[in-house]
Amino acid sequence: MTTTPLALEVDSTDQRRSLLKETLRSPIALGSAVVLVLIALAALLAPWIAPYDPSASDLSDVFAPASAEHLLGADSAGRDILSRLLHGARISLGGALVAVAVALLLGVPSGLVAGYYGGAFDVAVSWLSNLLIALPGIVVLLALQPMTGSSVWTSMVVFGILLAPSFSILVRSTVSNVRNELYIDAAKVSGLSDLRIIRRHVLGVVRAPIIIQTAMILAIALFIQAGLDFLGFGDLAAPSWGGMLNDGFANIFRGPHLLVWPGIVLGITCAALALLANSLRDVMEGATSSGTAGRGRRALVHPTEDAEDALPAPSTTALLEVRGLRVAYSTHGQEPKEVVHGASLRVEPGEIVGVVGESGSGKTQIALSVMGLLPDGGRVTGGELTFEGNPLDPRSTEKLLGRSIAYIPQEPLTNLDPAFTIGRQLVEPLRVVGGLNAAAARKRALELLARVGIPEPSRVFDAYPHQISGGMAQRVLIAGALSGDPELIIADEPTTALDVTVQADILDVLRDLQREQGMAILLVTHNFGVIADLCERVYVMRDGRVVESAPTRTLHDAPREEYTRMLLSHILEHGPSRTALDAEVAEEVRA
Amino acid sequence: MFTFTLKKLGAGFVLLIAIPAIAFLLMGASAGNVGRNILGPAASNEQVERLNSELGRDQPLLQQFLDWGGRALTGDLGASWYTNEPVASAVVNRLPVTVSLVVTTTVLAALIATVAGVAAAVYRGWVDRTVQILAIIGFALPGFWVALMLALVFAVRLGWFPATGYIAFTASPAGWAQSLVLPVAALALGAVASAAQQIRGAVIDTLRQDWVRTLRSRGLSARRVLFVHVLRNASVSGLTVIALQFVGLLGGAVFVERIYALPGIGQVLSNSTAQGDIPIVLGVLIATTAIVVLVNLFIDLAVAFLNPKARQS
Repeated sequence: MTTTPLALEVDSTDQRRSLLKETLRSPIALGSAVVLVLIALAALLAPWIAPYDPSASDLSDVFAPASAEHLLGADSAGRDILSRLLHGARISLGGALVAVAVALLLGVPSGLVAGYYGGAFDVAVSWLSNLLIALPGIVVLLALQPMTGSSVWTSMVVFGILLAPSFSILVRSTVSNVRNELYIDAAKVSGLSDLRIIRRHVLGVVRAPIIIQTAMILAIALFIQAGLDFLGFGDLAAPSWGGMLNDGFANIFRGPHLLVWPGIVLGITCAALALLANSLRDVMEGATSSGTAGRGRRALVHPTEDAEDALPAPSTTALLEVRGLRVAYSTHGQEPKEVVHGASLRVEPGEIVGVVGESGSGKTQIALSVMGLLPDGGRVTGGELTFEGNPLDPRSTEKLLGRSIAYIPQEPLTNLDPAFTIGRQLVEPLRVVGGLNAAAARKRALELLARVGIPEPSRVFDAYPHQISGGMAQRVLIAGALSGDPELIIADEPTTALDVTVQADILDVLRDLQREQGMAILLVTHNFGVIADLCERVYVMRDGRVVESAPTRTLHDAPREEYTRMLLSHILEHGPSRTALDAEVAEEVRA
Repeated sequence: MFTFTLKKLGAGFVLLIAIPAIAFLLMGASAGNVGRNILGPAASNEQVERLNSELGRDQPLLQQFLDWGGRALTGDLGASWYTNEPVASAVVNRLPVTVSLVVTTTVLAALIATVAGVAAAVYRGWVDRTVQILAIIGFALPGFWVALMLALVFAVRLGWFPATGYIAFTASPAGWAQSLVLPVAALALGAVASAAQQIRGAVIDTLRQDWVRTLRSRGLSARRVLFVHVLRNASVSGLTVIALQFVGLLGGAVFVERIYALPGIGQVLSNSTAQGDIPIVLGVLIATTAIVVLVNLFIDLAVAFLNPKARQS
């Protein structure tokens, strides 16, 4: 969840009001809220609006069907069903509220303290929570019945204790996530007391999840309360929905309508609670997801006034050619946003070509478009992609992947499936795509591992991804890219996530491989140092456009664009971190 | 792997000891005059006292607990206060009913929830919306309410299924299946709803992982990546939610066994609770806790098998 300190400083009542307001815009949420308010009103006003005393029985009315006298009929003792429903709401809702209040009182503070301070208290709370949550609540409630007796309130207090872990676990995990955010440290450094930090910063973050959980837990408590009464463990004298269901069930053949009305009311209440909780969650998740999307792509939004860039003439020799590529992302119910606005580039066979630009300049989008592997919502909306003179479409691309086109990703450790050994992940494409048998695939995978400079191939072959280092993992990924003897390797920031010394090793591996095998490489990076080290030609990208392209030497000595000059100035600094660079780029672009 | 199993076993054992112990002390302290309750108001005080001392109720609670605990550790859980039936046989005789109900429901719910959750995550769009809406409704409606309504419509009104009773599998497989249709359907609805939601979320999260794209770039088809890699990774959270559902189903069985008159341990529990037959209640609690511990152990081992990282912690 992304929460900025700014958002937290907003007055909390405002925030709460807007969440509610936003939620009630959905008709389902509004309907659910209205139903719940009506039911709560009915419970409060029952003594005044109920037509009869709920306990007054009239033997002449036993099992009476609905009539003007008894709107919903009468039960097995001739008592008015409507009046009993209205009064029953007091016990059913009241009991559920008691359970939820106890659960909140125990769960929220314990989760806050456990998540914020950690330590022995955290261990104890987590242990106790897991112990309680491991048991079926109703079984425990029944076992403790001799202690709680027939009182609704005592049983519901006990049930509240059993429900507390669901709040405690939720609050604990949310808080311990927030705990490590920078702004909490900042608040501590500036001398705010823990209590104040919790009130100002932490409660703001956990409030919404707690509200949603409360609605869910209320539904569960409501039905457990009704369930206890239904089983006959409640106070049989007082009217309750569960007790009415019990009466209806005992007379299921004589008076099915006894079962229908409390059943409908209970079903509607539980459904309204769950639907409301779900709408609240939708609003919350919608808010965060559109927020991140906006942030991530802000740099990419660009007016398309000069949409008709002059396209270069098609090349006859190129291995890969991209002409006038456009890529757009659409999120549900929103206008698609174009992030690449007609970019063109070309890679000749055996050539190493660089694409350089700040993050968000669209360079990775080009790489992913070539492979047809844009993330959800992204698609190519214009332009031409050709490989060896043949147009790339989804079907033809699929056939080229793993054979002619290979990919080296940026983050070595997140690009290996954690559930399988390195060996399995290398062998699988060799068998499925390359058609080798098991023994041959294994032999080839070990060769590939040795080829990328891994000292003990068989040990790495049997290792799981979490057992090897980042540099080692990147070598494994290069080995995987080589497995189909590709003519083109697309390398997306292949060294960014690595230590400076390992970066140099990986670049050496790439250079040596290219020299031996003569494949072309399309190298995407923000780092001009890497480009200068490897590439013959380079394209400079900014805001979804190619702004300059030239042989590396020329570009290095005489950049035409101010932006290129600025990117170049960063080679001198040794291994700038990507974020630092991005921040600087953004700074200078704005200036 | 061995220490991992041992650790989990140890934690389960603690639960198995702690829960019945707490329950014994709480129930024992609040049970009142047991002898009087059993013999009724007509019995003389001498008779009541004799029975109380036979049952050990004249001892201090801690002594009672130590006596009971000591015998329980040797496997002797005592006998029902009302029928004198040994607790062990009372529980063991009813266990197959509950187990067949809950296990059938779990397997069925896991299958349906997996298909629905994966379809919702992969296709999104209207498939996703339909699954979501059904999941909310299924979650919202209390299991015993669904059981009541199903009984009302299909057993009472339409008469398609028996309203009550249980037929052992060994007596008639077809009858067994028929007697379980409504109870399983009632229990499965809520379990399918929660599990489908969780599985959907897990599959969506996994599909967004970087390695999915990298595997695709090696030429593996989307289908192969989904079935071999994504499902394997998502199954960890899938199994966890199914374990939680299983525990919930044990609770739901109390209601469903009552409504469909299935002679399982849930029914035994509600009957003995009503009577205040503490030895039987404790026996059911021990059996339930043991089942929960076993299922959780099985799930932990399965998760460890599927997720190599979990084996180390």
